[in-house]
Amino acid sequence: MRRNLILGGMLSALFVLAALISFFWTPYDHVALDIPNKLQTPNAAHLLGTDHFGRDILSMIMVGARTSIAVALVAVGIGMGLGIPLGLWAAARQGSWLDELIMRGNDLVFAFPSIVIAILITAIFGAGAINAIIAIGIFNIPVFARITRGAALSLWQREFILAARVAGKSAARISVEHILPNVTNLLIVQGTIQFSLGILAEAALSYVGLGAQPPTPSWGRMLADAQTLVSIAPHMALVPGFAIILTVLGLNLMGDGLRDVLDPRLRVVRA
Amino acid sequence: MSLLSIQNLSLSIYGVDILRDVTLSVEEGEIVAITGESGSGKSITALASMQLLPKGTQTRGRVMFRGQDLTQQDEASLCALRGNDIGMVFQEPMTALNPVQTIGAQVAETIRIHDRSVSRAAAEIRAAETLTRVGLPQDRFPLGRYPHELSGGQRQRVVIAMAIALQPRLLIADEPTTALDVTTQAQILDLLKNLARADGMGLMMITHDLAVVADMADRIVVMREGEVVEEGETTHLLRHMNHPYTKMLFAASGHQVNLPEVTAQPPLLEVTHVSRDYRLPRKTLFGPAGHFRAVDDVSFTIHRGERLGLVGESGCGKSTLTRALLGLERVQAGTITLDGAPVFSGNAPNLAVRRKMQVVFQDPFGSFNPRHRVDRLVTEPFHLLPDPPTGADRTRAIDAALTAVGLAPADARKYIHEFSGGQRQRIAIARALIIRPELILFDEAVSALDVSVRAQILDLLADLCGTYDLTYLFISHDLSVVRTVTDRVLVMQAGKIVEEGPTEQTFENPQHPYTRSLIDAAPVLPEIHAAE
Amino acid sequence: MVRYTFKRLLSLLLSLAVASLVIFAVIEVAPGDPASFMLGMNAQPETLAALRTELGLDASKGARYLSWVGGMLTGDFGTSYTYRTPVIGMVADRLWVSLPLALYALALSTIVAFPAGLFAASRRGQAGDIGVMGATQLGVAIPNFWFAMMLVLIFAINLRWFAAGGFVGWDKGFWAGMHALTLPAVALALPQAAILARVMRSSLLDVLGEDFMRTARAKGLTERQALWRHGLRNALIPVLTIIGLQFSFLLAGSIIIEQVFYLPGLGRLVFQSISARDLIVVESVVMLLVFSVIVVNFLVDLAYAAVDPRLRSRT
Repeated sequence: MRRNLILGGMLSALFVLAALISFFWTPYDHVALDIPNKLQTPNAAHLLGTDHFGRDILSMIMVGARTSIAVALVAVGIGMGLGIPLGLWAAARQGSWLDELIMRGNDLVFAFPSIVIAILITAIFGAGAINAIIAIGIFNIPVFARITRGAALSLWQREFILAARVAGKSAARISVEHILPNVTNLLIVQGTIQFSLGILAEAALSYVGLGAQPPTPSWGRMLADAQTLVSIAPHMALVPGFAIILTVLGLNLMGDGLRDVLDPRLRVVRA
Repeated sequence: MSLLSIQNLSLSIYGVDILRDVTLSVEEGEIVAITGESGSGKSITALASMQLLPKGTQTRGRVMFRGQDLTQQDEASLCALRGNDIGMVFQEPMTALNPVQTIGAQVAETIRIHDRSVSRAAAEIRAAETLTRVGLPQDRFPLGRYPHELSGGQRQRVVIAMAIALQPRLLIADEPTTALDVTTQAQILDLLKNLARADGMGLMMITHDLAVVADMADRIVVMREGEVVEEGETTHLLRHMNHPYTKMLFAASGHQVNLPEVTAQPPLLEVTHVSRDYRLPRKTLFGPAGHFRAVDDVSFTIHRGERLGLVGESGCGKSTLTRALLGLERVQAGTITLDGAPVFSGNAPNLAVRRKMQVVFQDPFGSFNPRHRVDRLVTEPFHLLPDPPTGADRTRAIDAALTAVGLAPADARKYIHEFSGGQRQRIAIARALIIRPELILFDEAVSALDVSVRAQILDLLADLCGTYDLTYLFISHDLSVVRTVTDRVLVMQAGKIVEEGPTEQTFENPQHPYTRSLIDAAPVLPEIHAAE
Repeated sequence: MVRYTFKRLLSLLLSLAVASLVIFAVIEVAPGDPASFMLGMNAQPETLAALRTELGLDASKGARYLSWVGGMLTGDFGTSYTYRTPVIGMVADRLWVSLPLALYALALSTIVAFPAGLFAASRRGQAGDIGVMGATQLGVAIPNFWFAMMLVLIFAINLRWFAAGGFVGWDKGFWAGMHALTLPAVALALPQAAILARVMRSSLLDVLGEDFMRTARAKGLTERQALWRHGLRNALIPVLTIIGLQFSFLLAGSIIIEQVFYLPGLGRLVFQSISARDLIVVESVVMLLVFSVIVVNFLVDLAYAAVDPRLRSRT
């Protein structure tokens, strides 16, 4: 099962590397128009071809990776940053009104799919990459809160927690000192899964125009551009599509591999 | 021809040897007990008799059932055999039943699966008869009950009903009473014994409890690390044990320790009229929430230097009382004071009091954070001190605590998974000792251990009583253990202390009917003379 | 059972109330005055004031919230700022596309996922299992709108089996409508089917390790019988949760898939309304989406109780 981890890790690393390199170098300027060379299929000059404005697709993919990764990463950060403390807190006060409040709040957020949150945010602020981050981030909060609470609850039943309580430690201290280190593996694995879901969600939001706006390149918008031309220039749709699939696949494989390596008994919810 | 005859059975799972050259037999109508400590391979032997082995198992040797070698049978004929000719009862009644099916359906299934011609109604009638036979009469336990509506003992009866519905020739029971209370255990053992005798079944009992073994088996097989070390007819084996392991096992089971004498001392812990309620979910939508009184008007005193025992069955309120004593939960009535100071003052537990009290839990695997090293684990109670020792003082304290429980100072840098169950329990005791508490609570502290390890821990306890002048409260469901390590004993039933007195006197001459029933129900190890 | 249902119902109503407050509040802080947006830059102040009164915009926030909620309860979703027609009519038309699409996709994904999960679980570690799991791994990674584009390319443009987009309407007959929704539903169902198959498999494998499965084998059931009679129903409990969650993903996904196929569903309505700043329509559609997610989860809770007797007697 290490094969999963290695393959997934390599695929993910490839796109992270592409995004990093794009800060210093891309084969062409990703916004430079070159109408005479439009709609070229992949060739020696343009390894992945050009789009309807003659822009180099490889360069756009590299810069687009930046957007995808940044949005997904920050969204996972929001989800973890708020979800984990909420989950720990709810577990520490299991059965109290606070626990109930946090969990009902979670249920409520679950009723707003990220696209609906994005629609609402767009209604107020207009479209943009930041909206995508917030929308996906908000949706991640209950995911992490729920999984943290679930794992923490079973830990609170363990005798070593009782021993820590006998040693006079506060619930907050026990949460940080004993609970958190024992749920980290689970959270890392869930983090990879949410990261990959974030990339998918960002692509979808950009595709319908609720995500990154021009000229910021994004894989989802590249697909939106490709749609009307799909019959005459299929490579415009194929290339960003494969970029998304390979990145997501890589992250998922990595998540599965990490789970097997860290703890084969971990339960991960795919939400 | 034996009913079941296992011949030179060797077995490995994914290349790990589990059984080596096991030979044993069960005759028609005979009760054979297979005993041994954990890792002896006794449960796998039971599963091998049913050919219900985990994936990756390789076997050599023969498992002959009524002349047929089960290892050579195909799956279809094995399925025809299981439940029909061989029944099996498992250890965990709480999980052995399908939670989403009624007990009637589950018992009737045994009947219908082996004979399709039996109508559903006829199968249900037979299921009802079988359930009545195992002590679940229809007026109180109709077929439509779900497992979660039954207690552990009642569920085990359902499992037994499923196993005997077709009156199999052989019944295999794998630790059938380990998860049950002592009075329930006695009933289930009686039931199994009577069923076996009435139907002339062969009964293969797997158990670690030698008192149970001696009590009901016709023949005993002793196993260790996948091998049969000794076997024989019960009375004969008890009189003439040959193998040193058998001798050690029986000696350890009846192990007695000598506690140093103590003289009368002033009171240390005083519990007066303590009650602890739990809220129950409302029965009706707007009705008042019900209450469950887990601890009901309990009063007792522990004197300095005294070793007090607390016995009772599961659900009697022992654990709730323990938590209340430790100041982990507040009580609804009464006071708990240590050296005159309350353990729970105002809204917060009283740290100054709590540092005088420590606890050792039951589960040697669950009571340590797997991510911390031993030094950090045993020094956790230092959190209670206003100025915990640091540097060389801390190291000295750790060394002293580890040495006191028979471990080496070098063990401080290891992680908990590097230790066996018995060693972990020593570490738990070291953790309790490190701040030199006035009082230690032992909450089922030896219940999860094998008998030989348990004997060592009890010895350690007796030694520590001498060197540290320990005062402790020893909470256990195991009467024989409480009897040897305590001076005085409390008997708890349904939240109340029903009897209290000097240990030996109470056990010899119990006054309360409940105490009497507990003592009567506990299987007793026969006097062993051959052990010398 | 009655208690359980009542408790769930109470929590459903509470969720709806809070959700409606959140949505109302968000739309409320959205910039721009619908009245001036509708009348353009050069509107007369008097006309503007009249329109504001007509739209009920000059009432207090609390009164507007109550009239919005009260209206929804009686089927009056207000009047579209742009089209000046009742929102309910616009939404109802679109709902007849989006809802069948989501249900169609849900059915497809369940039909594919159940056997796939069962198949993989029963052949754990064998070639069949590895094959199914590999396929689901890919299915989870494919963005549904991209898959939709590929379906269009292959089945509409090249093979011409289906139309590339648009919707014929139900008045052309049920099958014509279903035919038009097939490609979108397949695209929508793919990733969900992959997830569901994975959950189904792992849930079954968990159940296979339970003690009561061993008890069943000891009775003489074959592995397959034990799986069907005892495993399936127990394994269904976590699967139900996922199906409930999926419905919300399917509705959300349909908003995006409608863009690919130019389907006149709620998704297109919402995007048109956003660009026209017809916020009352946005508000109503969002509320409707959230409402259906909450109701579906309520139904899932009831389904739990049907499957698990422990829930019926407890709480």
